[in-house]
Amino acid sequence: MAVDSEGRRFWRSLEEYLDTPEFQEMLHREFPEQASEWTNPLTRRRFLTLMGASLALMGLNGCSTQPAPREKIMPYVRQPEGIVPGKPLYFATAMPLAGVATGLLVESHEGRPTRIDGNPLHPASPPGSRDDAEVGSSDLLMQAAILGLYDPDRSQGVTYRGQPRAWNDFLAELRRTLDKLKNQGGEGLYILTETVGSPTLAAQLNELLDEEHFPKAKWYQYEPAGRSNVLEGAKLAFGEYVNTYYDFTKADVVLSLDADFLFSGPGTLRYTRDFMSRRRVRTRQIEPAAVKMNRLYVVECGMSNTGGVADHRLALRASQIELFAQALAAELNVPDAPKSNRDQLPLEAQRWLEPLAKDLREHVGKCLVLAGDNQPASLHALVHAINHTLKNIGQTVKYTAPIEAKPVDHSQQIAELVQEMAQGRVQMLVILGGNPVYTAPIDLQFADHLKKVPLRIHLGLYHDETAALCDWHVPEAHFLESWSDGRAFDGTASIIQPLIAPLYNGRTAHEMLAAFTEAPERAGLEIVREHWRNWWKQQKHSGNFEAFWRQSLEKGFIEAKEPEFDHRDLAPRSGWAERAAKAAPARSVSKSLEIVFRPDPTLFDGRFANNGWLQELPKPVTKLTWDNAAIISPKTAEKLGIAYVGIIPEASGRPGRRGGEHGEAVVDVIELSYRGRTLQAPVWIQPGHADDTVTIHLGHGRWRGGRVAKDVGFNAYAIRTNETPWFDGGLDVRKIPGATHVLACTQMHHNMEERAPIRTATLAYFRDHPYFADELAASEKEKPGVLAQIPGPQPRGRAEKELEEEKKTDPDKNRLIPLTLYKEAEKEFEEESKQLGEPGKEPSKGYQWGMAIDLTTCTGCSACVVACQSENNIPVVGKEEVLRGREMHWLRIDRYYGGEPFDPNQVSAHFQPVPCMHCEKAPCELVCPVGATVHSHDGLNDMIYNRCVGTRYCSNNCPYKVRRFNFLQFADYTTSSLKLMRNPQVTVRSRGVMEKCTYCVQRIRAADIEAEREGRRIADEHLLTACQAACPAGAIIFGDINNPKSAVYQCKEEPTNYALLAGLNTQPRTTYLAALRNPNPELEMKT
Amino acid sequence: MTQETEIPLTHPKEASEGIPPVMGPGYTFRSISEKISSITLARRTPRAWWLGFAVTFAFTLLLLYTILYLLFQGVGIWGINVPVAWGFAIINFVWWIGIGHAGTLISAILLLLHQKWRTSINRFAEAMTLFAVANAGLFPLFHMGRPWFFYWLLPYPNTMRVWPQFRSPLVWDVFAVSTYGTVSLLFWYVGLIPDLATLRDRARNRFVQIIYGIMAMGWRGSAYHWKRYEMTYLILAALATPLVLSVHTVVSFDFSVAILPGWHSTIFPPYFVAGAIYSGFAMVLVLAIPLRTFYGLQDFITMRHLQNMAKVTLATGLIVGYGYGIEAFMGFYSGNIYEKFTQLNRMFGPYAVYYWALIFCNVIAIQSLWFKSVRNNPVWLFLISLIVLVGMWLERYVIVITSLHRDFLPSSWGNYAPTVWDWTMYLGTIGFFLALMFLFVRLLPMISISEMQTLLAESKEAGEVTTEEKR
Repeated sequence: MAVDSEGRRFWRSLEEYLDTPEFQEMLHREFPEQASEWTNPLTRRRFLTLMGASLALMGLNGCSTQPAPREKIMPYVRQPEGIVPGKPLYFATAMPLAGVATGLLVESHEGRPTRIDGNPLHPASPPGSRDDAEVGSSDLLMQAAILGLYDPDRSQGVTYRGQPRAWNDFLAELRRTLDKLKNQGGEGLYILTETVGSPTLAAQLNELLDEEHFPKAKWYQYEPAGRSNVLEGAKLAFGEYVNTYYDFTKADVVLSLDADFLFSGPGTLRYTRDFMSRRRVRTRQIEPAAVKMNRLYVVECGMSNTGGVADHRLALRASQIELFAQALAAELNVPDAPKSNRDQLPLEAQRWLEPLAKDLREHVGKCLVLAGDNQPASLHALVHAINHTLKNIGQTVKYTAPIEAKPVDHSQQIAELVQEMAQGRVQMLVILGGNPVYTAPIDLQFADHLKKVPLRIHLGLYHDETAALCDWHVPEAHFLESWSDGRAFDGTASIIQPLIAPLYNGRTAHEMLAAFTEAPERAGLEIVREHWRNWWKQQKHSGNFEAFWRQSLEKGFIEAKEPEFDHRDLAPRSGWAERAAKAAPARSVSKSLEIVFRPDPTLFDGRFANNGWLQELPKPVTKLTWDNAAIISPKTAEKLGIAYVGIIPEASGRPGRRGGEHGEAVVDVIELSYRGRTLQAPVWIQPGHADDTVTIHLGHGRWRGGRVAKDVGFNAYAIRTNETPWFDGGLDVRKIPGATHVLACTQMHHNMEERAPIRTATLAYFRDHPYFADELAASEKEKPGVLAQIPGPQPRGRAEKELEEEKKTDPDKNRLIPLTLYKEAEKEFEEESKQLGEPGKEPSKGYQWGMAIDLTTCTGCSACVVACQSENNIPVVGKEEVLRGREMHWLRIDRYYGGEPFDPNQVSAHFQPVPCMHCEKAPCELVCPVGATVHSHDGLNDMIYNRCVGTRYCSNNCPYKVRRFNFLQFADYTTSSLKLMRNPQVTVRSRGVMEKCTYCVQRIRAADIEAEREGRRIADEHLLTACQAACPAGAIIFGDINNPKSAVYQCKEEPTNYALLAGLNTQPRTTYLAALRNPNPELEMKT
Repeated sequence: MTQETEIPLTHPKEASEGIPPVMGPGYTFRSISEKISSITLARRTPRAWWLGFAVTFAFTLLLLYTILYLLFQGVGIWGINVPVAWGFAIINFVWWIGIGHAGTLISAILLLLHQKWRTSINRFAEAMTLFAVANAGLFPLFHMGRPWFFYWLLPYPNTMRVWPQFRSPLVWDVFAVSTYGTVSLLFWYVGLIPDLATLRDRARNRFVQIIYGIMAMGWRGSAYHWKRYEMTYLILAALATPLVLSVHTVVSFDFSVAILPGWHSTIFPPYFVAGAIYSGFAMVLVLAIPLRTFYGLQDFITMRHLQNMAKVTLATGLIVGYGYGIEAFMGFYSGNIYEKFTQLNRMFGPYAVYYWALIFCNVIAIQSLWFKSVRNNPVWLFLISLIVLVGMWLERYVIVITSLHRDFLPSSWGNYAPTVWDWTMYLGTIGFFLALMFLFVRLLPMISISEMQTLLAESKEAGEVTTEEKR
């Protein structure tokens, strides 16, 4: 230890400061002059270390002595001979969220993960667009997890009451306390986890609680947005905890009772893909008149993505949904169903019952009823009975053993724990993940009781609200840095393998628990592998465990099926209805408003609050960023005297002066009073939301936990009680006079203004008029002849038959783009096709890239937006800049409403992803004075960043407004951890430069090189854009429009194909397939 | 030249119709030289000049500060966004370029048309043009995202083999504005040469003599000099004349080449040129009226000048008003929903106030110029000219902002509001412009001495005719 002349102590690292034995050892072992860099975890040297670590990962036994995983992880499928610099590798792992794992395929560049996609082989993340795609689909949380890994705000060291400490100090204290507790059999040791889905972690916990260790210790689980209701519902129905999952491929008719299954929850990617596979309309093999689609009925409170794409949508207050289900059950003659109070339902709901029941009955065994996670257990029990009556069990509904390691009622658990704390029985509380100080029900006063616990230990990714109240905080390893495991929605087990050594010396829960029972040095890999080795023995599998392990890592999941996860046929046990009735929570019944709590669409329960991508991602329906709001219907707003401008769907607030309709929204503030607590919230008027209900989203209003998370939005947990965590009556709302709040909303204008950017029709109409999207500018009203109002050339005003005839005689009529420009290219292609296979011939010419977006299947889930952000290094700009209308997303999802805003049942939502159109006659190219945006030989509208001087004329002249300008230095050039995250194949743009969607040109060029080398043509499966790869619905189709075999060519031949603003003659390469919906004629007729 | 006679300076026909003279009575060659050069050569600078210069110079510093901050931060300090990617910078650019039209129009076109009344206002109108163009040039330069690469818009040989994209009107702009600036500067300087020689000759301070002497480029006033001077001046006038029309035509292409509703319009070139002359004359009036009062130049800048300028303002203003009418008519007549919507949005949308204010300024307020009593009243003329300048600024605001903020897809509609930096940049250029004008009136003859003297000679001829008639 250096001591200077004034006696001040200098130290080069925490280890030195604390003078640990490890440090002493290191001094002997290492070069001490480098030790000072240990404190700054991301210096260049550290970066090199990480690279070195990843070399070691690859099985090349590196000579690094720095902390790096000493274990092997397996590259996915194509085992590389060695690393080719600049060539990414892909590894399979899984992302655990609320106890459920989803398969991932992570792209790794020289040992640093840069991008996440779904694992195409994993049941929970199947490819959306094509089965043979090399990557699977993903949701926005998966996509954004990569930023979570590199988040510079993650906690970076062990702390004791805010002061930095060494890990060994922590271990020493832990050991001391445990030794004390050991004598009392562990009494006083309490462990609080989130939902544990990891079999290994559960085994560790169980071991900890066994006779040998701490039999009197207690393990609690609490998940603020958990699925207790689902499990409790199953228990009510079947007498045991059961996991339920669905097979949408077999469902012709689907009824969702407040379940947003196309956007969130376990298995959502699989469900979206399967559901949409029954909805995709392609007329290549089948005559338009014979086209079939499934049908979706949605009964829900708020406007969700699932509700947006529904064929029929009924807006009910959250508390009425169970009533509706009961009435439906009565209509369907479900045995033992509770008495139906049909009369209490609104008229519209009553009108629904008969046609809906008829439709379901007509599809026995081929329909599906599902309930939302937030609906009470009794409704879930009822839904099981309905599905049983409809003979859906084993067909569309499947039951397995619960995927949670230990299913519990989370409300009960947290209440018990708080009681224990209050009674002073808790000597030591270990919080493994989660942030209960922020998320626990407010009426339990968790934080106050926590302070009474003598020793409080927190393991977490951030030094958050809970960490601040704990004695010890240990940084947690991100799941991309950890060895662990988890189970998917259907019980499939996955091994989670690390992609990188922990950036901030984080520990996993496994490592932490290992310290309780055995040697703390035990690595995560050992623990996890040990568990599966035991499992392997128990299952009495034959063969080599190592081979099995290796194969499981490569594939990303464990292929051997466990007997408990084979689906079983269950029938509700008798008496379920009485039990369900008893279990129903006491709700505040009054004529006042209802309050509904929902996890945030992007921040979930708040754990992603420090993720800038998710904060800035426009919420899929409201299009709000950087805030949450109290969401109410137009009618309720009127009742409360909330101001809005103009006719309602036009404006949910007053457009502000800065960005206005595209940016700033000035809204009123209301005060919510619920069970004696009050909360102020900005109000957002949402067409389609049920009347007399206020929905607020959890996850905002954090007061710690990172620079991004802090002070964004309001904290909905502040009025959320344990008894009724999801919805309840008894809410009072008062408008605060004069108070306003500024929200950042990327799209306030909800009306299509006769421009029909989205064209939709019913399936029945389509059968008769397959070319309707061209024939009429189908606003939702579907007035024939509207096209006359759309300016510009009228190419297809003619009769369809005539058009058909023309198409037969003149193949050019089938083309989206007139052939004049491409005859040359096409001939060239024909010749080349003949020459293909001949050595030395170059097959690279003749590609013409194009995209089709199927609006029938798009759910507006926004995974593509985050995928694009991740792939293309798109910066986050912050609320102020969004208010000015300067968000940078290359791909945006436009959302329009149709129908009558004051009748929530009539409102329809329409989603339209808008990337760059890559116009054949691009208006942007013409006006650039320096030629910074030009057309490529394969039809791309290229953007040359280093040529751009930033006149912004191209943006002005772009009718689609898809160009994004770096008004300020938006890209972060300084934060070192973010440098590791970026896609090395995409430029990080500087200030003053225009940018936009490139169709992922870097992928096209890479595929080009590959194809050229292999002497083949790029086929669809070799090249996916980032948005296309992410889309679980397969709504984005990209490929070579010069190749008649490509999916995109075939899409563009579809009768529903239309170009956005075709009248401007920009000849966009991106076209849309008009949205089709399949309403029930019987329910339609009566409107 | 000792025997100088007083000569009436009005054509008798004009006098009989009550038209004021182009020069007050009682001037001789010497008194003209004396009067104009004394302003420049005066030993003491008036206190009011110092005050005015100090204020305008402060604004110039503000401009400098804004530009430095802009270079440091990026154009994001302004209120621009997507969809409104052009804001104050382009509005002000077009406004200043428009103002810069009057000078060359007065000196070149009116010279070729033998409009003698132009002589006393052309010098400072030309100076105004130069300063306005200089200010205008700042905006396209600094509105770029990366202004340090401005030279990429120029066709210069380079190893990267990059070349401007000549289909873009912004490239045409570069040529149009730089050509116009160059020719205007030459024209102005050539016109100054005889006067600089006069100043050199009259200056008593050695330093001043040397400076003016260098600037006068050895002018001795010989017949050869005069012959070549006249020829050069005429050729430059002929060169400058088409530029007056071309510059604003090209500037209007910035808009009309785009496909945006409200921009994509064939009426833009003539209507922009008319608007430019309109605002240019208004600016000349705004400068001339206080100047003639302050320096007692009522005899040189007479009511005749003011009236004529008012008439030009009225005429061009009516063309501009016609332009508005046709724009609105075409919006509806086209049957194009976007054009129609843009027109309605201009009139009744979020920026309707700007539209109606512009109609008031540019169409309604100038109707008062039909009245002789108004044209004869410098105070009224001054106020109306200010209104016209505001109106023309609003016109550019309406064109740029309302077309951009709601274009084709409703999902991308947005608003625009200037930030404090937009305002400092704009006010800074006004300050810079006025500071340059202050320097100009102090250091250079603001009225052409030599041309005023020729006017005297011609009037003498006219006068002689009158005397003959009397006999």
